[in-house]
Amino acid sequence: MPYKIVSKKNIAPNQTDCWIQAPLVAQHAQPGQFVVLRVDEVGERIPLTIADADPEQGTIRLIVLQAGESTQKICALQQGEEILNLMGPLGHPSELPENQKLLMVGGGVGIAAILPMVKRAKELGNLVWAILGAKSSEHMILQQEISHFADRTLLCTDDGSLGHKGFVTDVFAQVLSEKKPAFDQGWAVGPTVMMKALSAVAVENDFLLWTSLNPIMVDGTGMCGGCRVTVDGQMKFACVDGPEFDGRKVDWVELLQRQAQYLSAEKQSLQAHGCRLDTLEQKGGEA
Amino acid sequence: MKPSPRKVPLHERPAEERIQDFAEVNDGYSLEQAVAEATRCIQCPSQPCVAGCPVRIDIPGFIRQLRAQKLGQSLQTVKTANMLPAICGRVCPQENQCEQACTVGKIPGSEPVGIGRLERFVADIARQSGEAVPVSAPPSHTKKEQRVAIIGSGPAGLTCAAECARAGLRPTIFEALHEPGGVLTYGIPEFRLPKQIVRYEIENVRALGVEIRTDVLVGRTITLPELQQQYAAIFIGIGAGTPVFMNVPGTNLKGVFSASEVLTRVNLMRAYDFPRSDTPVFHGRNAIVVGGGNVAMDAARSVLRLGAQSVRVVYRRTLEQLPARREEYHHAVQEGITFSWLAVPVAYLGDPKGNLERAQIQRMELGEPDESGRRRPVPIPGDRFVQECDMVVEAIGQSANKVLFETFPGLARNKRGYLQVDPQTLSTSVSGIFAGGDIVTGAATVIEAMGAGKRAAVSIADFLAT
Repeated sequence: MPYKIVSKKNIAPNQTDCWIQAPLVAQHAQPGQFVVLRVDEVGERIPLTIADADPEQGTIRLIVLQAGESTQKICALQQGEEILNLMGPLGHPSELPENQKLLMVGGGVGIAAILPMVKRAKELGNLVWAILGAKSSEHMILQQEISHFADRTLLCTDDGSLGHKGFVTDVFAQVLSEKKPAFDQGWAVGPTVMMKALSAVAVENDFLLWTSLNPIMVDGTGMCGGCRVTVDGQMKFACVDGPEFDGRKVDWVELLQRQAQYLSAEKQSLQAHGCRLDTLEQKGGEA
Repeated sequence: MKPSPRKVPLHERPAEERIQDFAEVNDGYSLEQAVAEATRCIQCPSQPCVAGCPVRIDIPGFIRQLRAQKLGQSLQTVKTANMLPAICGRVCPQENQCEQACTVGKIPGSEPVGIGRLERFVADIARQSGEAVPVSAPPSHTKKEQRVAIIGSGPAGLTCAAECARAGLRPTIFEALHEPGGVLTYGIPEFRLPKQIVRYEIENVRALGVEIRTDVLVGRTITLPELQQQYAAIFIGIGAGTPVFMNVPGTNLKGVFSASEVLTRVNLMRAYDFPRSDTPVFHGRNAIVVGGGNVAMDAARSVLRLGAQSVRVVYRRTLEQLPARREEYHHAVQEGITFSWLAVPVAYLGDPKGNLERAQIQRMELGEPDESGRRRPVPIPGDRFVQECDMVVEAIGQSANKVLFETFPGLARNKRGYLQVDPQTLSTSVSGIFAGGDIVTGAATVIEAMGAGKRAAVSIADFLAT
C-alpha cells in the first residue's frame, strides 16, 4: 500500500508541509492523534502528529521538521513520490470539551498539532486563544490558518522578529495571571523543554494543562514499551495511554533523559549517510 | 530391525563462530541424513505423535514418503495440516509434543525420531530447490457472506486465514506493523528463524488466496463495527502483545528495556545492521536478562551477538523449572551466557544522567507450590547482591494489548484481560467474532496458536454455512 505525497511545500527553514494519500487514516483521524511511518525499506518507524485530515480526498497533512535521517528523507521526496508505510491514527484523541474557555500553546513544529485542536475546539463552541512560539518570524508556521479559527492568536519569537520577544511561557503566564478571560483548561504541544516550562507555570496557577508527549517509539501500538513515561508516579506508555497527559503530573526530567537515549546513534546514522548534523539540535519538536 | 538409539546428529556451527553474526545455528539435514533419520521411524500403528501435534500432521505419512524420497508428496502431506512447516520445524517445542509421544522414544535408552528436523528438511528442500510458489487466481466472489476478516498476521491469524481460504472463503488479514508474521517476524531472532523463511511461507499462504493488508491497526485505522459491516465473520488473533515490566525502582533508566523492544528493533527493524538500517539498538557491554522463557533466551543471545562482553540471565526459579526449551538453554550456555538461579532484581540504580549502572538482586528459595504446581520462589531475607550492568532486558511476560478492546468494549474478557471464548468453537461473546492464540490463552507457543487458528477456521466455515 503506497502512501503518495499529493502536495508538498516548504513553509519554513527545514519544515515541509505535505498532504499524503492515506484514506483510512484520513477517515478516522481526530485532533491529538499521530501516525507512525517508515519512509523506505531501511527506514526507521517514526511518529508524527497529524496536522489535518481530509476524509473526502482521503489525505492527511503532516508538517515535517528535518531532524533525523527519516525526516530528512521525507523532506527530500517530491510530490507524486511515495512513503512506504504509514499507520494510524494512533493514540487517544484530545478530549476537547464544549463551551469552555481554552488556551492552546504551540511551539516550533508542535504548532502543527495545535491546528486541528483549535479547529475542533471552535466547532464545539469553545472560546479559544492560541499562543504560538518560534525561533524567529521565518520559522513561524500556520499562524494565518490558526488565527482564522482562534478567537485570539498571540505570537512570540525568540529574537522578537514577530510578536512578543521571548518564550511562550512568558505569554502563557501573563494570560493566566490576567484571568481575562479565566481559562478552564489548556493544551500544549512543542519541544519537551517548552512543555516542561509551561507545566511548571500550570502548577503555580493550578491550571489543567494537557501536554502531548513525544518520547522515542518503535511500533506505536503498545508493543515495545520504549515510550514509557512516568505520570503521577505511574508507568504509562505514551503511544497507547497518551500521547496527552496532565503536564503537571509528568516526570519531565526522566522524559528528557530518555529522549536522549539514541542521540549518538542518530548522529552516527546521519554521518553514515552524509547528512547534516546541525538539524539534530532542533530535535524535540517532532511528533 | 531395531532403530538406532540416537537421532542422526546435526552439525551445529561452533559457538564462537555463530555469536559473531545472526545466521542460523545449524544448516539442517542433508538428504542422506534425513532419509537415515526417517528410517528410525517404526511406523507404529497407534501413531501417538499425531495426537501430540496441535495441528494433527500425518507424521508417519510424511516420514514414510520422505524415506521413499518422494519429497514433493512428503511436503504436501505436511502442508495439508500445516502451511508453515519450515517455521514449525524450527521453533516448535517438539520435545513436549510429537516427539514426547513418539514410540521410538519410549524404548529405553532411545531418543525419539527427530520429527521436527524432518519437517524442517522437507520444507527447506522445496524452498531451496527454487520451487515457485504456486499463484492461484484471487477468488472472484466478493460477496459479504464469504468474507472473513482476520485481525493479526501471527501464527494464529495466518493459519486461520489459510484454512478459511481452503474452505472456499475469502479471508483478509489486517496487520498493524509494516510486515506480516507477528511474533515470527518481530519476535523470534534470525539465528533461530530466518526472516527469509518466514516471508516464503507467508507467500505460500497468500498463494491460497489470502489477502494481507499491513499498516492497519484495527480499533484505530478501522473499527471492529466497520469490519462487522463488511465481513461476515471475524477472527481475532492479535497475540499478547504488551510487555510486562517488573516495575521495580529504576525501570525507566536508560539501559532498561523490554525484550519486545530489543527484539523488535533487532528483528523487525534489522537494527543489527545499523547504520545501513536506520534503526539503532542499545549496545550493552554488561547485560542482564530477566526471565527464563524462550523470549529471555532469544533476548540474551541477541544482546550477545550485538557485542556484549557478558550476558547474565537472572531467573527466579531453578534450571529444573526453566520454561525455555532445553535446546535453547544449551545453545545459550555454549555461547557463553551465564545464569543466576533463584534471583530476581529488586532495583535498578543509575547515574545522575539516568544511565543504568547496576542492579540490586534478591536471592530466592523455593517455597510451597503455587497455583501452577511449581514451587513458588520466596525471597531469602537480607540476601541481596549488587551486579554491575549497563543494560537490563526484562523478559518476564506479556499481557493483552488493549487498543482493540478500548474501542470495542463489548467482548467478554477474563480476569487476566484475555478474551473469553467457547472452548469448542472459539466463538467470543459476540456472535460472528472468533478468537484464538495468545489473546485467549496468554503467552503460549507458535504451534498452539496455529492449532487454535485452524479450529477457529472450522467454526467460521460452520457459522457461515448455517
